[in-house]
Amino acid sequence: MSDNEFLLEVENLHTSFFTDSGEVKAVNGISFKLEPGKTLGIVGESGSGKSVTAYSIMQILAETGRIVEGNVLYRGEDITQWSEKQMANFRGSKVSIIFQDPMTSLNPVFTVGYQLEEAVLLHTNKSKSEARERAIEMLTLVGVNEPASRMKQYPHELSGGMRQRVMIAMALCCEPDILIADEPTTALDVTIQAQILELMQELQKKMGMAIIMVTHDLGVIASMCDEILVMYGGRICERGTADAIFYNPAHEYTKGLLRSIPRKETMDKKLVPIGGTPINLLQMPKGCAFCPRCDAAMKICLEEIPPEYWVGDDHLASCWMNIKDLYDVKAQEEAKNE
Amino acid sequence: MSSEYLLEVEHLKQYFPVQQGFKKIPLKAVDDISFAIKPGETLGLVGESGCGKTTVGRSLLRLYQPTAGKITFEGEVLFDSENKIDVDMLPYRKKMQMVFQDPYSSLNPRMTVEDIIGEPLDVHHLYSTKAERREKVLSLMETVGLNAEHAMRYAHEFSGGQRQRIGIARALAVNPKFIVCDEAVSALDVSIQAQVINMFEELQEKLGVAYLFIAHDLLVVHHISDRIAVMYLGHMMEIADADELNDNPLHPYTLSLLSAVPIPDPETARHSKRIILEGDVPSPMHMPSGCPFRTRCRYATEKCAAEMPELTDRGNGHLVACWNR
Repeated sequence: MSDNEFLLEVENLHTSFFTDSGEVKAVNGISFKLEPGKTLGIVGESGSGKSVTAYSIMQILAETGRIVEGNVLYRGEDITQWSEKQMANFRGSKVSIIFQDPMTSLNPVFTVGYQLEEAVLLHTNKSKSEARERAIEMLTLVGVNEPASRMKQYPHELSGGMRQRVMIAMALCCEPDILIADEPTTALDVTIQAQILELMQELQKKMGMAIIMVTHDLGVIASMCDEILVMYGGRICERGTADAIFYNPAHEYTKGLLRSIPRKETMDKKLVPIGGTPINLLQMPKGCAFCPRCDAAMKICLEEIPPEYWVGDDHLASCWMNIKDLYDVKAQEEAKNE
Repeated sequence: MSSEYLLEVEHLKQYFPVQQGFKKIPLKAVDDISFAIKPGETLGLVGESGCGKTTVGRSLLRLYQPTAGKITFEGEVLFDSENKIDVDMLPYRKKMQMVFQDPYSSLNPRMTVEDIIGEPLDVHHLYSTKAERREKVLSLMETVGLNAEHAMRYAHEFSGGQRQRIGIARALAVNPKFIVCDEAVSALDVSIQAQVINMFEELQEKLGVAYLFIAHDLLVVHHISDRIAVMYLGHMMEIADADELNDNPLHPYTLSLLSAVPIPDPETARHSKRIILEGDVPSPMHMPSGCPFRTRCRYATEKCAAEMPELTDRGNGHLVACWNR
């Protein structure tokens, strides 16, 4: 199946959490494709479903969560049909994930070395001493100084930046095709964040893996990604290259998001916030998820979910504003029917 | 001493004793910093985690007992370690308030919004009748953009941005002249963050309050502040006008801090060169001698290891503590 040009294809993915207060539709039918060696950014606010998308790919959802509909194809094979055993083998060797908080994602009672070796031993046929060598090699690669002595240390003895480096080393020690980074630098200071982002780009050049970068920080995504997905309320509202998204936003939400961040050029002007409050996933609007907060909302926005529509080369948006013609045609039809 | 400043801080030190083996050694969270804030001004305070910026805010409001230094507010000395002045803070809390970072843990979950906002009014006896209290609370809720109908609700019924508004209303209840905003917008989503930042600015225009705006997001701090102070490991490295600091940073630390900020603009991001700092912030338990930044500074010389440079004026109130710049 290696002739398939896409590494990962997500098709119409729906993920829900079944809670006491009802079904929370965290991801509502999203589709995207990932090419080898590329970087895909998923950006959105809390509750937009960006992390749940990442967890759905890895199938590491919380107990109440389930993929309700849709497929995740890895090199053409549908991994949602795989057994837990197959998935366990898949995680770490083919696709790895790093999390926001490097302290809680490392095991505090084992040494860094043990945890790194464990990852190698699980996925390869290497011997204990070979695994140790590989672990030291990986630590050197991610820029940890004195790797041999670091191997004996416990996570609490390392700083936040060092822990995230160890996490990255662990994620990459079996040379996966895809690295999913879920808010990898959110818990870190700016200077350390710059180090980690630089490291990830460097490693991508060296090892050639694809990266899925999940973040809420538009600054992080601007410099790193080949393609960006903007998510709101569990749906993709806009997708395109970094330039398209930042200079030619076509969805009202993206426009609002870009207006609400402080920039150098507009320092003395007032920010233009998006009004209203974040979406409540238990009470999703019938139409576009963003319409209760949208200034430009029309009648159709309340009633129908906008389809994805080409607004430029490699640039799609789901907003009725861009398809006014289509909207007008519909309105005419409706008038006729009446 | 009458002066143009609302608040003056001189040589403030805040040490915390830490048990190490059998002896107690001081952790120097804030070590000898001085600054001043004018009425109605916003001073931004930035730095990495562990640099002591939150401690400064708390020491000012005397949530901690400062180790040494002098704090003057409206010309009255609140604390002076040399002359052993240590006044009762209660009357001054009417003038100095604080908004905390986490809108989830800084509001009492068992109290209604009306009681949360009304509590400072109770403490300072700012009303004569129950009706007056209610009226004041409702008008405060309106000021911060909360629906007055929600006064009987509990904090958990609100979203993060709305809770932060409750926290701000509580701080405003006593009509303060100075508010410490400790990472007041950091926990909020971008779109909500902009709402709250705008509100801070509008309140300042209307009420003339001064802010000490503590945050780690440099773009946000630049947007809201008149002047910005940069801290590193308990020391003040640079203070300047907000635009001046961003256009013409002098301290090597400020320089690298600014270049590390990810710019939400692909074109600029592609062409800007980042100054990547090597290594991590040293532990405040094992502070380097002299300038604390020298271990990560590429201009560091022997002099930097020997002595901490003084904060000196380089013109137009641009203060820098560095031997080499």
